Amino acid sequence: MMRLAALTALSVIACDSAPSFLRTSGYIGDREATLGWVMLSLAGLVVVITSVLVVAAIYHRRPAVQPTMSSSGGESWIYLGGVAIPAVILFGVSIYSLVVLAQVAYPSGKPLLEVQIIGHRWWWEVRYPGRSPGEMVTTANEIHIPAGLPVRLELVTADVIHSFWIPELSGKTDLIPGQHNRAWLEAKAPGTYWGQCGEYCGLQHAKMHMSVVAEPPDAFDRWLEAQRRPAANPTSSDAVAGRQVFGRACGLCHTIRGTDAGGILGPDLTHVATRATIAAGTLANNPGNLAGWIGNPQALKPGVAMPVVPLRPDELHAVVSYLRGLN
Amino acid sequence: MATNTPSCGFARVQLGWLGVLAWIGACSRSSTPVAGGDPERGKAQIVLLGCGSCHVIPGIGQASGMVGPPLTHFAGRSYIAGEAPNTEPYLIQWIMSPQSIEPGTAMPNLGVTQQQARDIAAYLYTIR
Repeated sequence: MMRLAALTALSVIACDSAPSFLRTSGYIGDREATLGWVMLSLAGLVVVITSVLVVAAIYHRRPAVQPTMSSSGGESWIYLGGVAIPAVILFGVSIYSLVVLAQVAYPSGKPLLEVQIIGHRWWWEVRYPGRSPGEMVTTANEIHIPAGLPVRLELVTADVIHSFWIPELSGKTDLIPGQHNRAWLEAKAPGTYWGQCGEYCGLQHAKMHMSVVAEPPDAFDRWLEAQRRPAANPTSSDAVAGRQVFGRACGLCHTIRGTDAGGILGPDLTHVATRATIAAGTLANNPGNLAGWIGNPQALKPGVAMPVVPLRPDELHAVVSYLRGLN
Repeated sequence: MATNTPSCGFARVQLGWLGVLAWIGACSRSSTPVAGGDPERGKAQIVLLGCGSCHVIPGIGQASGMVGPPLTHFAGRSYIAGEAPNTEPYLIQWIMSPQSIEPGTAMPNLGVTQQQARDIAAYLYTIR
């Protein structure tokens, strides 16, 4: 049963285990997690010490009747243990947290790569600006970055407030209407890091996942170069028919670069077959899920902007076959 | 041809010890066994192939699809796609190559192997 649950999770979010902000693998996340552990340890220590003192006070009572109400010599505990020591500790902790905040606010070097992330209900548009407008790459939900290098993020939203959150790499940064928020990321090691919208944004907030795929820099460069190319031409007759159906039925909302499909309401699907998931991490990207998603997205993600498009069965098969070839 | 008896089929004992074992194993889930099919593996295959994107399938998490018919009470249904009797060989054929039973069907051919289809059929026949 556990194995099956794990398998389900694997196929849905393409991730080995549930991500945790305590098991980090990024420059920012590491420092934030350490800060969290230090604060937790200090707070735990305070709880232990005060508990011991309370218990001690219960067993070493003062005499029932005080001869006078004058001082009996206990003030030093209050001045030292209640004021001086906490003041020193809290001052130290606040300096430490300010130092950490300053460390994670900006990357040490100037990032070579800037990625624009646009939050939509309920998916993530990801743009890599090129040297010229024709080089710009637009993709969705899967953010590729070079491992070991800082990457600048520009976070904007197309509708409501969302929050960009990759627990293993960094804390959250909100996407606020009318603002261009800045953040940055650095993954220490290659890997796939799962993320989730961190700010409730409506019906399908829970199915607004994304992932960061950190690759060795040369692999990342190859990926970006491949993404810049226009869509692959269909090779089978089924896929050729699929391109035609797509242009007619899907192209007003979705873009496939190099074809007539140029819609901007939904994700760019130019290289959709290279992505691990569809529908913002909701489903594994395989022919069965593609057919089900295209056939009736409202059943799988109710409220999503994608409508149920009436297609004949052969048209549905053709579109799936076409999309599977967009690698 | 294997039939779809509602109780644990006595006819299956003739399949030998393997059959008996399968029969005992399947009995605990009160189902009709499919020879050589493992319902648990079938469940995993259903998730991997994405069957739940088109079908509501009891016992499969997030299988809420509304493209094809719901597979509720599947073991008790008489026909597959209104075309073939709901028996093990037809079900396996349907899962592997739906077009061969109903040309023009929206159900895609997902390249399912014989063993996968057997496992999936085994699971579907546990849905009573």
